[in-house]
Formats: sequence, structure tokens, C-alpha cells
Amino acid sequence: MPDTPAPADTAVTLECRNVWKLFGPEAQGFLAGQTAAPGLEAIRAAGLVGAVQDVSLAVREGECFVIMGLSGSGKSTLVRCMSRLIEPTAGEILFNGENLLAARPDRMIEIRRHRMGMVFQHFALLPHLTVLGNVAFPLEVRGVARAEREARAREVVDLVGLAGREGFFPRELSGGQQQRVGIARSLAGDPELWFLDEPFSALDPLIRREMQDEFLRLQAILKKTIVFITHDFDEAIRLADRIAIMKDGRVVQIGTPEDLVMNPASDYVAEFTRNVVRAKVLKARSLMAPLDAETLPEGTADVAASATVAEIAPLLSEGAERLRVLDGSGAPVGLIRREAVVDVMMRG
Amino acid sequence: MADALPRPAPEPVSPRHSLRAAWAVAALAFVILWQWGEPVADWAFDYPRGWEIPVKRWIGDFMKWLLEEASFGLFSFTDLTRFIADVIDVPYRIALSLLSTGFLRGQGSDAVQVVPPLPWLAVIGIVGLLGHAAGGLRLAMITAGCFLFLAVFGQWENAMVTLASILIAVPIGVMGGLLLGILGHRWRWFEAAITPLLDLMQTIPIFAYLVPILFLFGFSPTAAVIATIIYALPPMTRVSMLALRSVPSEVRDLGRMIGCTRRQMTWRVLVPSAKPDLMVGVNQVIMLSLNMVIIASMIGAGGLGYEVLAALRRLDIGTGLEAGFAIVALAIALDRLSQAAAARKPVHAEPGAARQPLWARHPYSAASLVLIAVTAPLALVVGWIESYPAALQISTGSFWAETMKWINVNFFDQLEAIKNALLLNVLIPVKRFLLGLPWPGVVGLLGLLGYTLGGRRLALTVAVLAFLIAATGQWEKAMITVYLCGISVMFAALIGIPLGILAAERERAGRVIQVVIDTLQTLPSFVYLMPAVMLFRVGDFTAMLAVIAYAVAPAVRYTAHGLARVDPQLVEAGTVAGCTPWQLLTKIKLKLALPEIMLGLNQTIMLALSMLVITALVGTRDLGQEVYIALTKADTGRGITAGLAVAFIAIIADRLISAGAARTRARLGLQR
Ligand SMILES: Nc1ncnc2c1ncn2[C@@H]1O[C@H](COP(=O)(O)OP(=O)(O)OP(=O)(O)O)[C@@H](O)[C@H]1O
Ligand SMILES: [Mg+2]
Repeated sequence: MPDTPAPADTAVTLECRNVWKLFGPEAQGFLAGQTAAPGLEAIRAAGLVGAVQDVSLAVREGECFVIMGLSGSGKSTLVRCMSRLIEPTAGEILFNGENLLAARPDRMIEIRRHRMGMVFQHFALLPHLTVLGNVAFPLEVRGVARAEREARAREVVDLVGLAGREGFFPRELSGGQQQRVGIARSLAGDPELWFLDEPFSALDPLIRREMQDEFLRLQAILKKTIVFITHDFDEAIRLADRIAIMKDGRVVQIGTPEDLVMNPASDYVAEFTRNVVRAKVLKARSLMAPLDAETLPEGTADVAASATVAEIAPLLSEGAERLRVLDGSGAPVGLIRREAVVDVMMRG
Repeated sequence: MADALPRPAPEPVSPRHSLRAAWAVAALAFVILWQWGEPVADWAFDYPRGWEIPVKRWIGDFMKWLLEEASFGLFSFTDLTRFIADVIDVPYRIALSLLSTGFLRGQGSDAVQVVPPLPWLAVIGIVGLLGHAAGGLRLAMITAGCFLFLAVFGQWENAMVTLASILIAVPIGVMGGLLLGILGHRWRWFEAAITPLLDLMQTIPIFAYLVPILFLFGFSPTAAVIATIIYALPPMTRVSMLALRSVPSEVRDLGRMIGCTRRQMTWRVLVPSAKPDLMVGVNQVIMLSLNMVIIASMIGAGGLGYEVLAALRRLDIGTGLEAGFAIVALAIALDRLSQAAAARKPVHAEPGAARQPLWARHPYSAASLVLIAVTAPLALVVGWIESYPAALQISTGSFWAETMKWINVNFFDQLEAIKNALLLNVLIPVKRFLLGLPWPGVVGLLGLLGYTLGGRRLALTVAVLAFLIAATGQWEKAMITVYLCGISVMFAALIGIPLGILAAERERAGRVIQVVIDTLQTLPSFVYLMPAVMLFRVGDFTAMLAVIAYAVAPAVRYTAHGLARVDPQLVEAGTVAGCTPWQLLTKIKLKLALPEIMLGLNQTIMLALSMLVITALVGTRDLGQEVYIALTKADTGRGITAGLAVAFIAIIADRLISAGAARTRARLGLQR
């Protein structure tokens, strides 16, 4: 998680505008014949499955955008529409301003080869290739010479912490290691936009946690633009700059983890956030009071505006009553009172 | 095989009582026609010649046209067949030279051997190395042992001829099947187009398409290889389509995500991912090719197959058995080898391996080359390295002949009594009964049965196919086929189902039965014919025995499988309710396993039909004989028509039983 969330004015890498995906016969005709956006009942009555319905969202450069929803809510379908692995029934997908749905097949191959990477839930490793072979495979497909692609593959294999296992075959690795290979492979081509479809869902909880840390470490180094799919709200909170929550093919809310926890748009969202420990989500920025009201005593501790309440709390346990909040450039922007922190911690 | 055939969806069945009334009326009409119809409606018992559809002539004319006139503009059809023959002939000659004849210069009897064939020691060594590479020491012993068996029992020469044709037929069959499978996978319409063809190819008896091949390619080893390929190809195609389809969609997505072209997608992503499943197909191709060895010798394959066939024709049991055993040895070696290769998982190389010399990285290839390099020159001077010394050969031929004589002298009366009792009391009455039935009645009843089990579409399919058999003038022979097949299947079920129950209920017995069944299924069908002929000479009874032996395996297997799959909770519920073991078996397990057992019977019927055609060699008078005669006379029309009739019988049985099994399953609330 980068220190500061991408501000609203950074460039948009990927934008979905009113994207629809209806599975079933004659879906296109059905949608074209509607005057207003059809509801769930109308879609079902027409014998179609509304996997993605009227989704609009924008993924900004360098942010980690998490799409979260329960099983069957349409996450995989949506992310596959974004890379056009699935042809949307209607809508527009803009990648750096270019409409992907208008791109010709060879242009699509070009974009996928050089600018997109994807990690899969069940790893999708090729069983007959070694770790090195799997990681170098995308480069091989686009015709990179052997020495060059293996050198690059070794680099990313090192990066994901698998050095020494280059010659192993997928079935000789544990699930966590296999997904590391999947991650390395998706990074081999140095993509601009990185899709991860429930990359850690098939792993045991402990390994999952470890892989999330690994992911955060990588993102701190690489700073990719990321679309990350998960059905685990805690995972979303840990990793996301912003989260889109999906239900039955629709996006019900988009916002930072803090937004969702503090201002859930509906009971459905509130249901997810209820068990979240607020102290781990709330940032100093949203808790601070204006600075001008009182002068701070000498030796007041400083905290970053992006620090979570849980991170601040230990400082207060040493008896301090006030903390000074600094923004990214080190300038003081506010102060935090002990009572406010205690209040958050008490509410859980 | 047959249970992969597509089935029509059952349509809603009309209310029960009206159906029952229809059955009563139909049965009454049938009995009246059957008992008193002959004087007034002669045509119902003997399909009039004048009404026959001249399919035989059409096919014959078509073949003639193909050979004499058909042309694709630049080249004629005959050019095409000649080209195909050449493409296959060249690698076949090389394999044959390598393994058997040596490389020759000159023609016919003046030919001079320039390079001798591989010494037998080298071949055994290589086979052993292959075994070791695929499955370790144990497999190495098995494969080398099987080949040693060939040498010791004097079958080496013939076995190498056979092996050469297998070595050519299998790769072509595998590649061809895979390519068709890929096309079918890529284009739905192509799959839709070839699926019925594949169904037909798998139900049509092999003999039937030997005839046109003989016609197009002449009597030659190449024709035999082509026949083998055609025979072994459909299952590979089916397996390929299935295997490619079951590649996880994520892997497919991966391919597209990294920007694979279509060709890269097929060859770099899909085929390697599907390899474990594809290897099942490869094993099938090998086994089917071996199964074809003897039959193919009818149109020019030499080797072991020819040996068996010739021995069978002159009833020289000893020679036939020896060659038969040799085929079995070959089958076991190749089967185990391909299965082990399929099960083999890649293992990472030790770090630093890349820096090792070439020979250390490929130890098996290196060892094979060394073996050849050492034995080949030595073979020129040391006789026993070149070929297994004749003095050490063991011939069991006379032993078998003696044993047979002994059995026949001492037990002739008993064997004859058994045979005659069964013939008089079961076989002949059933045959008379079936032959006496009026064909319109049978067609009608089959249609009604189809309607009851699966609705209008099934009724139509079944009735039309049955009618076509009559309309091509083959009703009588078809009835004999049905009678032989029916009786054999009945006995196979009587033996197989109890064995299946035993295998499911008693673990130790189950293991033994499993091994026996597995072995039985690796044996080529002809092998079953020989002991039967030895003991009972030619005739229906002998044919029946061979068919039972060949077809019993699926009955056992599906029964055991069906019982093993019964929900254990239901069995527990029965136990708690106080059922005795016998009640548990009859009232719960067998009832629930019934659909599975029916599918087993279906397979048994399919195997029985394919074996039945082969038994024409021992003098049955059914459709099989019709095909066989057509083969000897190179009468394409007659052969294909009779072959189609056998296929129709198979399809009728398959569709009816499958529909019945589906209904039973639905009634029991089981999902597959
Ligand atoms: N090829 C298809 N044909 C018809 N319906 C489909 C197809 N693919 C997905 N669906 C349906 O679309 C809906 C959304 O599926 P999707 O796989 O996108 O859900 P998901 O959120 O990824 O769920 P999961 O967490 O289980 O992966 C589901 O109801 C699914 O049944
Ligand atoms: Mg999904």
C-alpha cells in the first residue's frame, strides 16, 4: 500500500463505461431493444444471466483497485471484460484512452503481450514447463531470444523469492510457491496494468497472509496499476487503495477502505464492514482536529497523516495527550487528541 | 466407447395406461401375425427380393467410379490413394529393414543385404532401457522379458515384422486422431459432422472396411497399415476432443492473456496441458493396433498375425497358439510401456545439470547408441549376437498339439455332451424362434419399445434402422447375429455380474478379479478363438464361447463399479433397519447399481458384436460371415452393407439400453 492514495487528479489507466455482460442467447439484441437499463427480473425472464450490469469505474495510474464481491457476483466476468477475454455485451472499455472494444485482434494481442499481465486463481501453470520455462513463456510467445528471456525470467523469479527453484516443475511446488510462479510470470513482460483474479483464494489462511505481505512488498517496489479481485473483505481492506463492492453483477459502492467503513452506502456494504476493526482502517487524517486551536507542548510526537489509528495508539500509551499530524511533505496539518483515539479503539 | 454416443433427450411419455393398452394391442397383433400370418402374408417372413433397396449395387458402382473416373482436376482419386500408400510405405520399409529384413539392394530374390537388421540383443536392450526410463527396473524386466520370450520361442522374425507395422501405424494414428480432434475442438460444426461418423466407425465391424481398403490399396502390408490406422483413429479423435475440452478455462485465458496466436495456443498451451489425457488415447491406439494385427493379415500384413491366421485356417493349434502368445507378449510389453510413459511425471534436473556433457544429460539415448554401436559390428562375426541361436529355441507347438490330443482323447465324450446339450436345448431353439419371427412385427415392437423408453425420436431411429436391415435383404443373417450375440451376452452376464458382485463385496477377491480382467482386456480378440476351436472345433458353440470370453469384462467391471458407488449412507440406513447382508445386496445395492450394470451390459453387447464378426472364421452363418465372404471376393458393396447392418444392430441396442438406463436412473433419483 503506497503511503498516499493516488490523488483524484492522477491519470486514469483503465475506465469502464456502462459495461454489460449478459450470458445467454440473443443477449445483444435483448439489450439493444431496451429503452431503460433492464432490472434483474427482466433479464432473468429473458432467460439470460446478468453477470455484469451497467458497471462504470475508473482505475487510476499506480493505484491498487480491488473488486470485492461474493461468489457469483460477476467479478471474474468483469475483469475478463476489462482485458476482453470475454466480449462485453455493451459498454466501453478505455485503456489509456483507447477503446479496447474497437481494437482489432492483432492490436489486442499486441496490448495483451506488452501492457497487461494476469494472475489466476488456480495458477494456470503449464505442467510440462519448469518454473523458469513457465515464467519465460510469455516472452517466448512473443519471440524474445532464449538467452534474453531466461535472464529476464531469472530476474522476476528472484523478485518473488523463488531463486534456486528455477528447474522445478509446478507439481513439485507448494500452492504458495506455485502462485509465486504465476505472479512472476505475469510480471515477466513488465506490464503496465496488472490483473489478479482471486490470486490467494486457493491457499491456506496462513500462506494467504504471507502472500499478501509479499504482494504489498512487490507493489511498494513496482508501483503497478492493479486490478485485484477477491471475495475476502479483510484482504480487500489490507491491500486496496480503493475498493469496488459488487453484488449480483452491479457495483454497489466504490471508495477507499475508510470510506466504506465509515460511510457504507447500503446495509449490504455495512454487513461486510461490521466486523472490521476500525482502528486498523481509520487514518490519522480523518481523525485529526484543526491545528490552530491550541499550542502543542514541546516534544509532542509526530505521526503521518496516512498512519492508521492502530499504529498511533502505542504512542499514546506512553502518556501523551496530543499528537501532531504531518502530511506527506512533512508539514504539520492537524492534531489528534487522546480521547478521539480511545473512542475508536473502544468501539472496536 | 459406446456410452459416449449422444443420446436423444427423453420426451415426455404419454400416460401410463394408454401406453399399456398400446403394448397389449401390439403384442396381440404380433402373435396373430406370427402364428397365423404366414399363409396370407408371406412377405412378412421373407422380405421379397423385388422390394430390396439395391444398396450393394450402389456402393459397388460408387467404388468403381472412384477407381476409374473420380478426379480432383489436377489428379485422380487413384493418384491420391497411390500417394497415401507411398507416404506410408517409405517409413514402413525403413522400420521393416531396421527390425527384420535389413537394408537390401536389388529386387525380389536377387536382393543383396547391404546393412543387416538390428541384432536381437540390441533390440532387447533398447526395449529394456525404454522400460527403465518409463517405469524403473521392474518395467525394464517386464519389457525385456516379453521380448526375450519372443526370441526363446522362435517368434522373433515374425514379431519384428509385426512391430514394424505397429511402429508406423501408431504415430500416424495418434497424429491423425489428434489433428482431427483439434479441428473438432476448434470448429463446432466439424465436431458435429464427425461425431456420427466416429460412432459408426466404432460400431461397424472391422472386416467391413477392409473390403474397400483392399479395393483401393491392393493386397499389401501398406494396405494393412492403413486399415490399422483407420481402425485405431476414431478413439484417438474422441479422446483428443475430450482432452482438449477439459483443459481448465484459466489455462485457456492465460494463453490469450499472454497474446498467443492460434497456433501457439493449440500447440504450446492446449496440447501440452492435455497431455495426460491424450496419453490415454495413445495407449488405446497401441492396443487397438495390436488387436488389428491378425485381421490386418487378411489384406497383406505378414508377421505374427499372418501366422495365427494361417494356423487357424489349417487348424494347426500348436503353431497358432505360439504366435498368439507372442502377440500377447508384445501387447503386454507395449501396453505397460505406454501406460508407464503416460503416468510419468517430470522431475527437476539437479542444479548444474546443464553444464554436464551431452551423454550425461540423455543417458538413455546414449546407452542405446552405445549398445547398437557395440553389438552391430560384433553381430557380423558372432552369430548368436545377430540372432537368437536356433539350438536354444523352445518350441511348444507340439506340446500344445499333444495336450489337445490328450484332452480330446480322454474327454471327448464329456466335451461333446456339454456342447450338444447346450446346442440342443438352448442355442438351436432360440435360433429357430428368432428366425421364425415376422420382420414387420419385430420392427414394430422395437419401435414401441423405443417410444416407451425414450419417446418419439428414439422410436423412429430404432424402427428405421431395423427396417433398413430388412430392406437390404439381410434380415435372416441379422437374426442369426442377434441370436448368437444375445445368447453370448446372456451367458456373459450370468458369469460377469456375480463376479462383479464378488469383486465389490470381497476385497481380496476383488483384487484378483481386477488383475484377471485387466489382462483379459489386453489380449487381442483372436486369442480367445483358439482354445475354443481346439476344444470344440468350428461352429456356433465355439463362436459363442469365444464371444463370452471376450465380452465378459465390462459386465464384471461395471457391476463392481456400480456397487462401489452406491451411497454408503443408504447402506448404513439399511443396516440400521436390520437388513441381512443378502437383503442389503438385493434390496438396496443392486437396485441402485442397476443403471450402471445396464451400461456394462451395453458395453458387453458392443464387444460381443465386434467379436462375433471375427468368429465368422470358425464358420458361423451370420452377418459376420457375409462380410468375410465379401472380403475374400473383394465385393465392396456386399461387405459394407453387411457391416452397416451390424452397426445398426449395435446402435439399436445402444440407444435402447442407454435410454432404459437413463429412465431407471431418473426413477431412482440418481444423478450422474
Ligand atoms: N460462460 C458463462 N455462461 C453462462 N453464465 C456464466 C458464464 N460465466 C459466468 N456465468 C455466470 O455469471 C455470474 C458471474 O460469474 P463470475 O464467474 O463472474 O462470478 P465471480 O464473482 O467471479 O464468482 P467466484 O467468486 O465464484 O469466482 C454467475 O452467475 C455465473 O454463473
Ligand atoms: Mg471468479
